[in-house]
Amino acid sequence: MSDTVTPPEALDTLPKLLNWNAVNRKDAPASREKLYGIWQSFTWGDVRDNTRALALGLRDLGLTAGDRVAIIGSNRPRLYWTVPAAQMNGAVPVPVYQDSVAEEMQYVLEHAGARFAVVENQEQVDKVLSVKDRLPELEHVIYVDPRGLRKYDHTHLHNYTDLQEKGRGREGDLGPEIDKIVEAGTYDDTCVMLYTSGTTGKPKGVVLSNRNIITASRSSVEFDGLKASDSVLAYLPMAWVGDFIFASGQAYVAGFSVACPESQDTMLHDLKEIGPSYFFAPPRMFENLLTNVMIRMEDAGRFKRWLFETFMDHAKEVGGDILDGKNVGFGAKLKYALGNLFVYGPLKNSLGMSNVRIGYTAGEAIGPEIFQFYRSLGINLKQLYGQTEASVFVTAQPDGQVRADTVGVPCPGVELKIDDDGKVWYRSPGVFVEYYKQPDKTAETKDAEGWVDTGDAGFIEDGTGHLRIIDRAKDVGKMADGSMFAPKYVENKLKFFPNILEAVVIGSGRDNCVAMLNIDLGSVGNWAERNNIAYASYTELAQHPDVYKQMKSHVDEVNRSVAADDMLSGCQIHRFVVLHKQLDADDGELTRTQKVRRTIINDRYAPIIDAMYGGAAEVFAETPVTYEDGREGKISATLKIEDAAVMDRGMKMAAE
Amino acid sequence: MLDATQQGYTTPDGRKIGGPVMEMKNITLRFGGVTALQDISFDILEGEIRAIIGPNGAGKSSMLNVMNGFYHPQEGEVWFRGAKRGPMKPHAIAHQGIARTFQNIALFKGMSTLDNIMSGRLTKMKAGMLSQAFWFGKAEKEEVEHREAVEKIIDFLEIQAIRKTPVSRLPYGLQKRVELGRALAAEPSLLLLDEPMAGMNVEEKEDMCRFILDVNDEFGTTIALIEHDMGVVMDIADRVVVLDYGKKIGDGLPADVRADQAVIDAYLGVSHD
Repeated sequence: MSDTVTPPEALDTLPKLLNWNAVNRKDAPASREKLYGIWQSFTWGDVRDNTRALALGLRDLGLTAGDRVAIIGSNRPRLYWTVPAAQMNGAVPVPVYQDSVAEEMQYVLEHAGARFAVVENQEQVDKVLSVKDRLPELEHVIYVDPRGLRKYDHTHLHNYTDLQEKGRGREGDLGPEIDKIVEAGTYDDTCVMLYTSGTTGKPKGVVLSNRNIITASRSSVEFDGLKASDSVLAYLPMAWVGDFIFASGQAYVAGFSVACPESQDTMLHDLKEIGPSYFFAPPRMFENLLTNVMIRMEDAGRFKRWLFETFMDHAKEVGGDILDGKNVGFGAKLKYALGNLFVYGPLKNSLGMSNVRIGYTAGEAIGPEIFQFYRSLGINLKQLYGQTEASVFVTAQPDGQVRADTVGVPCPGVELKIDDDGKVWYRSPGVFVEYYKQPDKTAETKDAEGWVDTGDAGFIEDGTGHLRIIDRAKDVGKMADGSMFAPKYVENKLKFFPNILEAVVIGSGRDNCVAMLNIDLGSVGNWAERNNIAYASYTELAQHPDVYKQMKSHVDEVNRSVAADDMLSGCQIHRFVVLHKQLDADDGELTRTQKVRRTIINDRYAPIIDAMYGGAAEVFAETPVTYEDGREGKISATLKIEDAAVMDRGMKMAAE
Repeated sequence: MLDATQQGYTTPDGRKIGGPVMEMKNITLRFGGVTALQDISFDILEGEIRAIIGPNGAGKSSMLNVMNGFYHPQEGEVWFRGAKRGPMKPHAIAHQGIARTFQNIALFKGMSTLDNIMSGRLTKMKAGMLSQAFWFGKAEKEEVEHREAVEKIIDFLEIQAIRKTPVSRLPYGLQKRVELGRALAAEPSLLLLDEPMAGMNVEEKEDMCRFILDVNDEFGTTIALIEHDMGVVMDIADRVVVLDYGKKIGDGLPADVRADQAVIDAYLGVSHD
């Protein structure tokens, strides 16, 4: 079987693709899992047999067409097999975020009306059972790891492997039924239901059909030339659409193998061992990896540091161009080859990225320096812009057109348009069917012609056709003089500095912008230690004059870069403070996914904001905090307000 | 007080508790003029979780040290699996299938989690020194088997991520877990835990409780543990012995012990006269 043969177009469901793979790629690895410290492989043949046994077992328990099967747990092959096993019965798999608390889980299970739940272990069983009396539709819970569950009442609780065993015994009578259902499956059947993370209100169940998932998978496999010999590490939540596309959709089409980390904590180690060729991560992941490298380099000996710095400087200059296949001259190439031998190669190996052929970052904006760092090492990192509602793909960067400030061109089959308010809309075969049981919400997001509102403001760049995202549309406002105010755009620029953890920019309806910053205790603390700066508390460190000096230089630099942008030059920061406490989800200032809640912050920090606009040199602030054990207290401090250097709007011309 | 029959009983959650594994008969232990334990008798039955509680200085650790042969009582007898135990060295007792953990963690600080747990397999290693030194034949085959057993424990205790980490770099709660792992590596039939939850936060305590219950459930290991935290004891122990000033002042089901006036007095500090 050749590496790049795609399954015939007629295969329009995952179970059909699985059957095809089990014949045509029978002995090729499909999933990998570490058992007692050793990697074990399952071939496509194994996966089909296991999946079929589970499907028969579920049928034996009474699973029928139209039922919903919740899947709860971390990335495990057996949970992934549940997806096609449910579909073989005509049922709909519903992956659920495994770290949800019981109440959140109850909402999703109840809303989806799940009759079955396949869960990972005792922890998840306990969670489901604790809310079971509020879930009248839930009938059976199946667990993968039996530990600690022996004494539980097993009337409605089943062991995964026992169920498979039972299923194998029913092959004779139930097998033909399953074959018939699989045969009858079409593009229009629901493939999966994925719940959005719910940053704005209750989670919504996004219904994606086979057409959505399979066409999105097929076209993206073609776009990046994914092949059967590729491998990925599946470590992002199963309930997230990206994971579903990579580990189920694309894997079934391209036939590559999906490895599951041993545990969440061993992920970096597993990454190194597996050395995936196709890698996907949110920006935070790349930031953390880079910070780790930098901290370790600071502790390294002088010669090693010199080697690292010399070659990294060179990589910064030419690495990106070499990756893009541009001509950089023989000397530069030779030096890069040497660097590869001494620095880049070993570094990539220790990052687990030696084999990465295609890497994607998505979910949020990534810092240009971080992005360039990985590209200069020769890692083909690209940006992707996507949504659950689009079956991931809206835009992506083709090889050779990779830049830090855009999210790429429309993926195959995707149409883009920008409306009068500057909002980005798209239409594609991947566009979701509906929000489950919420026709009003569906109508709000998707219009009659199938265009979907991303909720993001952006524009398509002249000449290149690349999409640039500015901010969430609802956060974009106007300043007093009518120019555009896009806080996130500026905040991201600030947050790209490793010693700024969080930034909030205020300025909607005002004459100018001000900012509140949070220092990154890890990074600033490390700096303080190296420079013998003593401090007793977070607050004291945050208010240290040298910290302010650093922050001011960062803010000035951001102002320079913001001033260079015609549309957004009004968003330069005139004054700022470094806050005395870290913004925290426990205090309601951030969401659980670490996104800023502007209304609450504007309200709570109103005295500080007023003082900044009032021209004061310092302000006394007292803020309530919630400690981890639920007790409440107050943190107070006198905060210094610093003026930043602001560029004239005309300066831009002068600077160029 | 519970009338614990020697034939065993059934716990409220349906586990069958069997006959006696260890019986302490009239144990008295003195250090010079100090009487640490005075005429104490109780038994530990097959498959149960038996707690020994008491205020500071009650003699709990001394009791545990008698049980695993660190101390030899001046009076009284220790019966193990139906036979009276003469004075024995701790390593000989370890060979009998008794393993323990320590109140103050006693791991090999510079060694990795894996190696520490592997050291618990010592009593199971048969290959001679020569074969081990040159790594051939039996030694190689044996090490593979031991490694597999150790990996199962690592999986069981969910410490895969710290497999290769030197234990001195681990936080306290994890070190305790590694120590439990090392004790489990000996595949004991009786496991003695000396304050397994001391110094832990609530979450670590919950984890440790779950592991102790799982050990008992999965491997059928009989467990005797010393614990300060009454809440923990009430939750996981089947029967409780209460010591105070070297004397036994209570013995029975957790609920009965908690209601016992002598126990309440000991914990609330009524004057002893």
